[in-house]
Amino acid sequence: MHYRPEFEASLRVCPACNYHDRMTAAERIALLLDDPPSFRELDAEVTAADPLEFQRPSGSYPDRVAKARALTTRNEAVVCGAGSLGGRTVALGVMEFGFIAGSMGGATGEKITRLFEYALRRRLPVVTVTASGGARQDEGLFALMQMARTTAAAARLGEAGLPYVCVMADPTLAGVTASFAAVADVIIGEPGATIRFAGSRVVQGTLRRRAPVEDHTAEWVQQQGMIDLVVARRELRRTVARVIAALAPHPAPAHAPSPPPRPAASPAARV
Amino acid sequence: MLDFEHPLDDLRARIDALERDAEADPNSDITRELAILQLELEARTADLFANLTPWQRVQLARHPQRPHTLDFIERLCSEFIELHGDRRYGDDPAITAGLASVGGRSVVVAGHQKGRTTADNVKRNFGMAHPEGLRKALRLFDMAERFGLPVLTFLDTPGASPTLQDEERGQSWAIAENMARLARLRTPVIVIVIGEGGSGGALALGVGDRVLMLEHAVYSVASPEAAAAIIWRDSKHAPDAAAALRLTAPDLLRAGLIDRVVPEPDGGAHRDYDTAAANLANELTPLLDDLCAHDPDDLVHARYQKFRAMGEFTQAPAATS
Repeated sequence: MHYRPEFEASLRVCPACNYHDRMTAAERIALLLDDPPSFRELDAEVTAADPLEFQRPSGSYPDRVAKARALTTRNEAVVCGAGSLGGRTVALGVMEFGFIAGSMGGATGEKITRLFEYALRRRLPVVTVTASGGARQDEGLFALMQMARTTAAAARLGEAGLPYVCVMADPTLAGVTASFAAVADVIIGEPGATIRFAGSRVVQGTLRRRAPVEDHTAEWVQQQGMIDLVVARRELRRTVARVIAALAPHPAPAHAPSPPPRPAASPAARV
Repeated sequence: MLDFEHPLDDLRARIDALERDAEADPNSDITRELAILQLELEARTADLFANLTPWQRVQLARHPQRPHTLDFIERLCSEFIELHGDRRYGDDPAITAGLASVGGRSVVVAGHQKGRTTADNVKRNFGMAHPEGLRKALRLFDMAERFGLPVLTFLDTPGASPTLQDEERGQSWAIAENMARLARLRTPVIVIVIGEGGSGGALALGVGDRVLMLEHAVYSVASPEAAAAIIWRDSKHAPDAAAALRLTAPDLLRAGLIDRVVPEPDGGAHRDYDTAAANLANELTPLLDDLCAHDPDDLVHARYQKFRAMGEFTQAPAATS
């Protein structure tokens, strides 16, 4: 038996079995930043529209958004801003899984895209923490296009020589795994996090057979060669800081002119 | 033949029978009767196709006789050299890719490839690409940039292949890397949704300067079955999902998510491949001329802004956070 205060003091990690429980965006920000109160949130007011006037059997999309807002006190499934990590200012985007399963709709994609653009303007490294069921079905093809738009924004960071680190938390699925998360320079998985392309219900709906039962954990995905590291929560901030320091030892001054783009045809250029 | 096409097929059968009778008996005068039946067929076809439900369009987009990527390449391209393999793992028959010539211009083409027979479909995995198929396309995108060739992509897939083996080989990474590469490619990219544009597997070939869509093609965040499985937890609700997802070409044109709808011949592209391809060629040729005249920097910038604008949002009162 373990007591809740002890569990929370240990960063929601079970001291006995190392189970990493899901965290809220606020807990994540507290975990990652040197001085959490110094976090300057960006675009907090951006929230979902209802481009398809979408109805589920359980209610309208705006109703779901309203419930999610009340539940999380957030307006969208990602919290974006800037703060200090390892003594460096970074642009930080943390997904809020409690907000409609961290799904990515137009407003979510807008915030993530703005975060990459903000980092590009200020020449900041970017850190994202993903926890998402994928594209938000209620926005149809608009939701799918968020994959293209966030990935395109992330791709520009590489051209500008700015480091991008993604922490894949539990769960990182489908349209988020297969977009801005996967194109990070360095990808860190949290121990035990589910990381996969196809969710079990999608597999069942498409292939008309039960989803494979294998665990798609961060450790398994690392073994396949798809992510760089699996890092325990208590080591996460230090590891992210070390990666950024190694990729960009000298922080560029804010508002510096962009360097010329890398030769586009070079196979080494980040895609 | 699709269920909703049955009334038309009865008419077609009567016309065929009449023509056979006329051949057998050269003295019979069927001109008038035939003309009436043909007019009726035209009218009923136009009527039926003017009022297709989204689910009927999904069925048309998946019609086994619908022209697939190779059928279009055959009709659009005077030269086609199919290239194989991703130089990493293998060759994926679910993606057709190669060097081609359209209107005297060298291009790189890549598209999802469905089969027509069961055996062919098994080989081609019903057009559901494996990571190595997407990486074959990626290799050709790189080559297009090196040689300054425009890229044409054909979208026709239920989605990317979702098996354990695809996960092992990094399906998510393959999709993301293709989108990132296409987003920054310094050569024109034209995307054509010819049948079924399903989810991330489609979008992996779907980031371009212009997105064209055949009249009865569909393009969706998930297949209606998968969306029904997610939303209703039952893929039997696919017709409801098809309607709710607004996945038809006219809907997507109105939403600003595609640029142009390419008209299909009467009764759908599967009735007349040549006309379907000719209609597409009419759109493609001027578009290629136009895009090839642009500076690569401008193309990449405009492509970024094009996708940057896709997504609706609103402002919530600050008090909630």
